[in-house]
Amino acid sequence: MNAFKKLTATLATSVALVAGMSAHAEFSLAGLSADEQGLAIAKERKARDIGWGDSASAVTMTLRNAQGEESIREMRMKSFEVSDDGDKGLTIFDKPKDVKGTAFLNFSHVEKSDDQWLYLPALKRVKRISSRNKSGPFMGSEFAYEDLSSFEIEKYTFKFLAEEQINGVDCYKVEQIPTDKNSGYTRQVAWLDKEHFRGQKVDFYDRKKSLLKTLTFTDYKLYLDKYWRPMQMDMINHQTKKSTELNTATLAFKTGLKESDFSKATLKRAR
Amino acid sequence: MNKKIILVGAALTISVAANVAQAADFELSGYVGAEWREHFEKGQFDNGDVKQADRQFGLTVEPEMVWSLGDGEHTLVFKPYARIDSEDDERSHGDIRELSWMTYGDDWEITAGLSKVYWGVAESQHLVDIINQTDFVEAPDGEDKLGQPMIKLTFIRDWGTVDSFILPGFRERTFPGEEGRFRTALPMDTDNAQYQAGEEDAHVDYAVRWSHTLEDYDLGLSWFNGTSRDPLFTPSAFVQVGPAPTDLAPTKLAPFYAQINQLGFDLQATIDSWLWKFEAIYRTYDDSVKNDFDQMGQSLEDYSATTGGIEYTFYGPFETVWDWGVLAEHQYDSRENGAIALGQNDAFLGSRIAFNDTASSEILMGISQDLDSSGTQSFILELATRVNEGVKLNVDIFLPMSDDDENVSYQFKRDDYIQLSLNYYY
Repeated sequence: MNAFKKLTATLATSVALVAGMSAHAEFSLAGLSADEQGLAIAKERKARDIGWGDSASAVTMTLRNAQGEESIREMRMKSFEVSDDGDKGLTIFDKPKDVKGTAFLNFSHVEKSDDQWLYLPALKRVKRISSRNKSGPFMGSEFAYEDLSSFEIEKYTFKFLAEEQINGVDCYKVEQIPTDKNSGYTRQVAWLDKEHFRGQKVDFYDRKKSLLKTLTFTDYKLYLDKYWRPMQMDMINHQTKKSTELNTATLAFKTGLKESDFSKATLKRAR
Repeated sequence: MNKKIILVGAALTISVAANVAQAADFELSGYVGAEWREHFEKGQFDNGDVKQADRQFGLTVEPEMVWSLGDGEHTLVFKPYARIDSEDDERSHGDIRELSWMTYGDDWEITAGLSKVYWGVAESQHLVDIINQTDFVEAPDGEDKLGQPMIKLTFIRDWGTVDSFILPGFRERTFPGEEGRFRTALPMDTDNAQYQAGEEDAHVDYAVRWSHTLEDYDLGLSWFNGTSRDPLFTPSAFVQVGPAPTDLAPTKLAPFYAQINQLGFDLQATIDSWLWKFEAIYRTYDDSVKNDFDQMGQSLEDYSATTGGIEYTFYGPFETVWDWGVLAEHQYDSRENGAIALGQNDAFLGSRIAFNDTASSEILMGISQDLDSSGTQSFILELATRVNEGVKLNVDIFLPMSDDDENVSYQFKRDDYIQLSLNYYY
């Protein structure tokens, strides 16, 4: 059950990692150092993802090994935006069937480690778990817990590298170095489109500084006229040749979720 | 088992369920399982008439039906359970694990019906957890529980969560039969359970628990008043063994369910990769029962017990993606009498690995050592992995050992087993 740890903040917010919004404020990198440019891009990306309130989604993960054999994970995710701290997230697992009903509650924090609880339906037991594990695989997939956590400026130092095209889209290429010593990565290279600051692609480098994984985002949809979310995320592990495809089946914002729906006391009734 | 209450509850729930069935979202899930348990040694209590099982096959089924109404505002759950055992008639049994209705508001929640509740934080022993009776025939670890009739009212406040319980009706513990394993030397006379309370299994129990999270600390304080889930034992089914009228000897042991008050406290600190866990209880009996047991030559006293320890997890050790946890817990019990108290002064050392693979493979190994009896210890191993979509394989090994016939574990010393089970989830 440790495998459920640290799915922070749900995909909806996680996708904020690289999703931007179409606020057409003046954005200029003129006269800044490469580090300042990287930070400015990150701040703009974060600024475009404020005010979404709450969201609920249904997600399918397809895990493929090097031989192409598939394994399916299904889950529902609820998120609640917290303005002065990290967001709250609740994930309920539907597949595999043997973990059906398992629920994971996460309070992410900007300044300190996250608070996490796991509900095990067979025992009816709510367990507080350590949020220390950032680099471990989520549900046996190629996504690590930290890949699915919400994007926060404090989690990285940034450096603007170049302007490049990804699939014909003009992008900023930015280096992100995790500040957390528990991260599984020495660095990430992210491509964000210049128009909406949405993630298009991320390369992840492991602790030995070799290229480990590549994440690509496709099929972006616009919600509440402001928030872009990718309906598909593909993570490929270059070293093991395994991959995980993450599809968002349904996603809705401002669903009427309350902060009280995200508590240890109410975790037991999550269905 | 309080059949009347269960039947009334069942009738009510089913009729309500039938009425709302059209309006409700219905979901069926659950599992069916096959199990093979092999014992390594002949039964300790084999004699001319009785032979304890050496090999047991089992079939289990546990469907769960959930009706959800009004966008989840009301939930009805029906979860029956059944096991068929090839050797032990007492182990073949059925239970209604859950038959309940739940509704909630912003800061409150009500559950009524048969349900299950878990309290506590420790791994090697569950002292504080008292609401549900143990379904002991399922497994000697006591993790399986019987459905408990309850009305549970929860209030959620800034200063914590309060769960209050009315428990109308009591469930007797299940015990293996004469030909089963994990039985006592004198077979259990489950048909003649004794009670302190005149209402017997219809006695209404009460419980309340406050729990709260303060930063890295999760804590709970609980109080229970009513029928003890842990039976005491009295000799029964006497036969004449000599000419005098007093030459009587018991042939069985009857469970005796006393009235108790119990205070419980549990605390977990979750700090970086460390989990610090502590549970404590203080249990009192009525003087009349203490006197009765004194006269039978069994000492019965108010007592306290604790379980405390740590769990430390290494994440991704040895360049793997494993979570490797190390557990150490100590169990203390203030009672002197080793024949009734498990975990008087025992240490548990264990290791848990989650492989974080596609099959969600996990292994837990541990050893318990009685620190007052060097020859009393037990070893456990639990392995779980998914062998196919929806099919889970479990391998369990349990090796109890004891050379001290004053120790409660002594009667299980030859009940070592390995068990394979396959469960199909739908």
